[in-house]
Amino acid sequence: MNPLLKVENISKYYGSRLGCKDVNFDLYPGEVLGIVGESGSGKSTLLNCLAGHQEPDTGKVVFDTRADGPKDTVTMSEPERRMLSRTDWAFVHQNPRDGLRMGVSAGGNVGERLMAVGARHYGDIRGTAVDWLDKVEIAEDRTDDRPSEFSGGMQQRLQIARNLVTGPRLIFMDEPTGGLDVSVQARLLDLLRGLVRELGLSAIVVTHDLAVVRLLADRLMVMKDGRVIETGLTDQVLDDPQHGYTQLLVSSVLQV
Amino acid sequence: MSTEYNFAYLDEQTKRMIRRALLKGVAIPGYQVPFASREMPMPYGWGTGGVQVTAACLKPDDTLKVIDQGADDTTNAVSIRKFFEKTAAVAVSEKTEESTVIQTRHRIPEQDLTEDQILVYQVPIPEPLRFLEPRETETRKMHALEEYGLMHVKLYEDIARHGRIATSYAYPVKVEGRYVMDPSPIPKFDNPKMEMAALQLFGAGREQRIYAVPPYTKVVSLDFEDHPFEKGGAPQACGLCDAHDAYLDEVIMDDAGTRMFVCSDTDYCRMRREAGHIGEMGVPLAEDAA
Repeated sequence: MNPLLKVENISKYYGSRLGCKDVNFDLYPGEVLGIVGESGSGKSTLLNCLAGHQEPDTGKVVFDTRADGPKDTVTMSEPERRMLSRTDWAFVHQNPRDGLRMGVSAGGNVGERLMAVGARHYGDIRGTAVDWLDKVEIAEDRTDDRPSEFSGGMQQRLQIARNLVTGPRLIFMDEPTGGLDVSVQARLLDLLRGLVRELGLSAIVVTHDLAVVRLLADRLMVMKDGRVIETGLTDQVLDDPQHGYTQLLVSSVLQV
Repeated sequence: MSTEYNFAYLDEQTKRMIRRALLKGVAIPGYQVPFASREMPMPYGWGTGGVQVTAACLKPDDTLKVIDQGADDTTNAVSIRKFFEKTAAVAVSEKTEESTVIQTRHRIPEQDLTEDQILVYQVPIPEPLRFLEPRETETRKMHALEEYGLMHVKLYEDIARHGRIATSYAYPVKVEGRYVMDPSPIPKFDNPKMEMAALQLFGAGREQRIYAVPPYTKVVSLDFEDHPFEKGGAPQACGLCDAHDAYLDEVIMDDAGTRMFVCSDTDYCRMRREAGHIGEMGVPLAEDAA
């Protein structure tokens, strides 16, 4: 089986400061990779480089495109990359305000990606939007409400629906549960886990919350100071951490 | 003509600069060409863009017509007409068919224009995506990459909220299958007329943009398959000239709320009345003058 995403030697500097350095990994179809680390460890920089929001200084991000097979997304043309990020890729921001159009109704938010790839039948677009809102547990009678009238958890679920409507194969998540209270987090995680399994999605989840990766991720990468210091199966890394920093991280989780 | 002014107010270098922008606009229909808009002796929003384009197009033997919402006798139209009478000494006319350059604010004349005419629009906001995506860097990229899904989001929102596409003016169009363009705030009633024989030039002074639609260019109003574009229009006929096919203004006549519908294109209305058409509330033209 070909990897869906092949990351080779990604480095990113901000001037002389290190963002992330020499990151390598493969992601296979249906696999969920967690990236953990403390604030400033370079995990968000890495995610932005992978998703094409930032240009890495060195390295390749080879994505297995539907049409042409494996292609380096760093060197591909901008229209092609933007097309990917509307179709095969999805990006869930930590703050729903970054990923939603707050002045546009929930239905319009979900429909935007469909219209961006050429859907021009109002009835169909709306039908699909209502369908997806239902999947993320947003009632049909909220379809025409604006996200600014939604709670934080609903906004996050709406963002997920908006991203998944074009049937992407790879979803990038940046702290998807950050800023939500625990019961809402639990439901969102449940939902995400269900969708990932059901749709066979691959995902890269960046978080500092070990409980989130324990639930979602098959594999785990631990970052510190811009470098990957430990990788492995999630349970293995969390139950038997090898690197000193990972041990610190795991032992720092508060027990209730 | 007062000799203190260069012909048509602007200096020759400025007119050259504007003409270069116009040529580029004509070469790439619907594309917004940046230009170094000048300070004009009128406030922004009063047609500074249109005036600059008109100044760059005028020749001494041109006949100029200026309309504001279809009318020749409103403040904006009268001021601009006088401005060019004073600074360019060109002939002016209220008759559409006599004019070679027509500057307009928010209407297209009812009569078909010919290949010998230029229609100059005053544009307040040239960017059709402005209210959906406020970043100009981003909208320019969207135009460049032909990413126009967002334009349909606006129409989607209309239908979701009002049950139909409620945008009734400044209705977005796609020009020659490529650029999405704001036709300036003309009523959507006028959109189908944009596929015409005359050259159409658009000037936005404050926003410093010029764009153009060459003669016989394809101009398609955006819509959905199940909610096709409709040009709309009032079911009434003009109260003065009985026109059924014209764009009408609704005028409140008294405190009791008596209403009258009249052609917004005053020249068209006059022409029909001269030809003997009399509307429900109208009288023959000769009696009206008396």
